Amino acid sequence: MSDAENLPAAFASIVEDFNAVSSRDRIQMLLDFSQTLPELPERFADHPELLEGVPECQSPIFLTTEVEGAGHDAVVHLYFSAPMEAPTTRGFAGILHEGLDGLTAREVLAIPADVSHRLGLAEAISPLRLRGMAGMLGRIKRQVREKSAA
Amino acid sequence: MSLPYDDDPTFAAYARPERLVSTQWLADHLGEPELVVVESDEDVLLYDVGHIPGAVKVDWHLDLNDAVTRDYVDGVGFATLMSAKGIDRETTVVIYGDKSNWWAAYAMWVFTLFGHPDVRLLDGGRAKWQSEGRAMTTDVPTPAPVEYPVVEREDAVVRAYREDVLASLGGQLIDVRSVPEYTGERTHMPDYPQEGAMRGGHIPGAQSVPWALAANEDGTFKGRAELEAIYQQEKGLTPTEPVIAYCRIGERSSHTWFVLQHLLGFEDVRNYDGSWTEWGNLVRVPIARGSEPGEVPST
Repeated sequence: MSDAENLPAAFASIVEDFNAVSSRDRIQMLLDFSQTLPELPERFADHPELLEGVPECQSPIFLTTEVEGAGHDAVVHLYFSAPMEAPTTRGFAGILHEGLDGLTAREVLAIPADVSHRLGLAEAISPLRLRGMAGMLGRIKRQVREKSAA
Repeated sequence: MSLPYDDDPTFAAYARPERLVSTQWLADHLGEPELVVVESDEDVLLYDVGHIPGAVKVDWHLDLNDAVTRDYVDGVGFATLMSAKGIDRETTVVIYGDKSNWWAAYAMWVFTLFGHPDVRLLDGGRAKWQSEGRAMTTDVPTPAPVEYPVVEREDAVVRAYREDVLASLGGQLIDVRSVPEYTGERTHMPDYPQEGAMRGGHIPGAQSVPWALAANEDGTFKGRAELEAIYQQEKGLTPTEPVIAYCRIGERSSHTWFVLQHLLGFEDVRNYDGSWTEWGNLVRVPIARGSEPGEVPST
């Protein structure tokens, strides 16, 4: 099975990109994602209590989701807040944002739970650190399930 | 040839002032051939965002831990790492990092297992250097490989195994985790991952001495007199008696190890790196809960 199998197009392309390069370049790609993570919109920046913490991550990160519409076809948007001093965590958030934002609830809920292990990062940053990304994905899915009632 | 020690008067009162350098000392000595600066962070990418010019990265997961066994690298592994980072046995190594130097102290402690002669911490770490607006770069140096001898790791002096802890019950044992971790309300740091300890609490007889008591707001170490007031007067620890420190995985207790051994001059300080992730999972070891050290079981 290919690492990109069963993934929506945007996420599949991220997985393919990571697996096409060396371990050293994967670090650089993760860093690029950490730097392009969109800023939190003001309506959340002023209300941090609306965001959910992710204790599986070593560094503090908060996230929330918005769902347009209802049911399986509702469109999902993701928002993250993490300090610049936590680039690994920001990088995970950046990948999830690029890979998932704008998908339908059905597509988000169908993302395999092991997706963080398909990026070839275990060797580059250690498997333990990847748990943070799985923690974020788990929370995103739970929020999407609740908010879309899908 | 080692570099001169930092004669900053704020360090003079420490037991081993030669183990600490100020940001100014480092700025003055950057680029000298006998010096290698090492960044060691919790976040593995932080170095790549920007670091002190000329600094090399040493990561605790990827470089210091053995890839298979839950242990540190061996003498060959350490020599290979040192060689790749341009460090020889005579190099003055200055380590700094994020999070109040937790991982920097941890790296220094691992260097100590191999008896590297001259290893020092940057007081205040990465945050202080940055807050002073000092130079940072994303250029990664490519040191020419150097000869580092294969030195067998000597654990006995500064590292405690669980058997040592069991044998030391009733002696000076300090738990440097947060209070809720000590009492057993939680098994991990606030905002940190559940590291998978099955039980909450502390090792019976261990005093709660959170690591942060030793640090100022800016991440520098408190002065000798303040540290003595905390560790010796308030907590009643005796410098001539052995002491073992532990936390969750041994990083915060490395910070306390540094304070006790190098700043206060305690004679026999060991870090129990198995810490709570080991003890809290062991079958049939005693555990105490609540805010008191608790009864030490008779053996």
